[in-house]
Amino acid sequence: MTTETLQAPAPRTPLQEFWHYFKGNKGAVSGLVFIIIICLMALFADVVAPHSPSDQARDALLLPPAWMEGGNWAYVLGTDDVGRDILSRIIHGARLSLSVGLVAVTASLLMGILLGLVAGYCKGVVDTIIMRVVDIMLAMPSLLLAIAIVAILGPSIVNAALAISIVSLPHYVRLTRAATMAEMSRDYVTSSRVIGASPLRLMFICILPNCVAPLIVQATLGFSTAILDMAALGFLGLGAQPPTPEWGSMLADALQFVQRAWWVVTFPGLMILLTVLAFNLMGDGLRDALDPKLKQ
Amino acid sequence: MFQFIFRRLSLVIPTFIGITLLTFTLIRLIPGDPIEVMAGERGVSAERHAELSAQLGFDQPLYVQYFHYVTGVLQGDLGNSLVTKEPVLSEFLTLFPATIELAFCAAIFAILIGLPAGMIAAVKRGTLFDHSVMTFSLTGYSMPIFWWALLLMLIFSVNLGWTPVSGRIDVVYWIDDVTGFMLIDSILSGEEGALSSAIAHLILPSIVLGTIPMAVIARMTRSSMLEVLSEDYIRTARAKGIAPWRVIIIHALRNALIPVITVIGLQVGILLSGAILTETVFAWPGIGKWLIESIGRRDYPVVQGGILIVATIIIVVNLLVDIAYGIVNPRIRHSR
Repeated sequence: MTTETLQAPAPRTPLQEFWHYFKGNKGAVSGLVFIIIICLMALFADVVAPHSPSDQARDALLLPPAWMEGGNWAYVLGTDDVGRDILSRIIHGARLSLSVGLVAVTASLLMGILLGLVAGYCKGVVDTIIMRVVDIMLAMPSLLLAIAIVAILGPSIVNAALAISIVSLPHYVRLTRAATMAEMSRDYVTSSRVIGASPLRLMFICILPNCVAPLIVQATLGFSTAILDMAALGFLGLGAQPPTPEWGSMLADALQFVQRAWWVVTFPGLMILLTVLAFNLMGDGLRDALDPKLKQ
Repeated sequence: MFQFIFRRLSLVIPTFIGITLLTFTLIRLIPGDPIEVMAGERGVSAERHAELSAQLGFDQPLYVQYFHYVTGVLQGDLGNSLVTKEPVLSEFLTLFPATIELAFCAAIFAILIGLPAGMIAAVKRGTLFDHSVMTFSLTGYSMPIFWWALLLMLIFSVNLGWTPVSGRIDVVYWIDDVTGFMLIDSILSGEEGALSSAIAHLILPSIVLGTIPMAVIARMTRSSMLEVLSEDYIRTARAKGIAPWRVIIIHALRNALIPVITVIGLQVGILLSGAILTETVFAWPGIGKWLIESIGRRDYPVVQGGILIVATIIIVVNLLVDIAYGIVNPRIRHSR
């Protein structure tokens, strides 16, 4: 006689559960795929790019894209006013935009978590001071504040990244503080405290892991803001300086050729739009997948 | 009610102090000596340096300098531009109408398109229209507006020739500066074609500047409308047999609009910072272009004063929005 064993399906791990919800969101998945492609492109820019981003082909100035009349398949998306290949510059620009995004988001995330945890944990005067400063920063439009910071420090990529990370700090502080305060009233925090956990242990080992979900979402959306602000600063001449291949500063150079060469203007901007859109789509998907209230 | 307004006002004062501190330190963080920065490449002699230092108060302790700075600011003295020698405030006031005009038209555009689009998307939830509104608004929200400006310029000004490329009005018109608002001044001038020229110059910049607010308003209206539509009183209204459009417009919209109004108020910051980019592309002579040019010329008093004024305007508008919200929605007024 055969015994048929009925097994309950193994309970999903949190990661599997997250993936289950995330993959149901087509927009978020396509955003993720696009981001992976861009990351690979940026990582292997030297191999992928057909030309060096600074190579000037003197015999091919303002060449239209390959499929247009007068185009050349050696320069698929055409060339700019000094004969640099636009496709190669876009590919190398991806490297810059993504690394600036990564640096800015990481820096503001770390600072924001620290300040938010301290504000939420200590309450009282410390909390008031931190939150007042955050409110002041939120009262200024982020781009204006970033421009002010770059105006002081002088235009360069590093200063632009620094400005962007300072500007996005308030969101992380607020989120971490709110999450910390919610967790502080939970029983598990009280019991750890009773056992004798130190404040640092309470903050970083007990509370922080439970505040991660909203921070992941905010960090993803922060990437899109960082890329957008970086491009805006580059466009205003306050970010990357020529001849660095950066999407925003490529557009600034192109301003004078709008009437003659549409391709110089179109492709770098399209790249910014698609990348920012991909991060926003993924951020929305992450929010839906990570927020237990929205499930079901 | 007064208590509520008073409480909100008392929160504004520390914020304002913080912003003056920020702009005050801004100019002192610039690497190098402020007087040498002001003197530029010519340089100054040691005596002249000491004299200027005493005259501008740089030899006094920082807190005294800050006190003088704030006293000046409160009396409307924001210093003089290093380039034109004009007071910063009067330069600001001559340029500000251009920015208001642009921002106002952009806001009108954003509300006229965003509000109905979000409303219809909520009513027709899950349809093709809903999906397209959501897709368009997410795209608009992700838009690098300086590129969007270039793209529209490329299509409508360069290829189709429908709208002018830049500026506020055609050079053939000489409009007297009465109010500073080109639309009004061009009517007052009585010149034929001046008004249509001014309008043609406004269309593209307004669309560009209004794109992000439009996307935000459409998303907000949709989600707020969806929430209201699922409430019991809407079901009751429907059950009573009221015409469907009446339920939506009279019953649902009124309540759905409350959060939307707040969001519209919060767009002022986005409009003013977006104006920096839009004005740069369209050579629109407003405060955004003025600020960027001043940074390029290292005209620090202008940068300092400009940022202070813009930030103050945003704080005041946010305060007004908060108070208006408290008036419309008593639940907010009595919380906390």
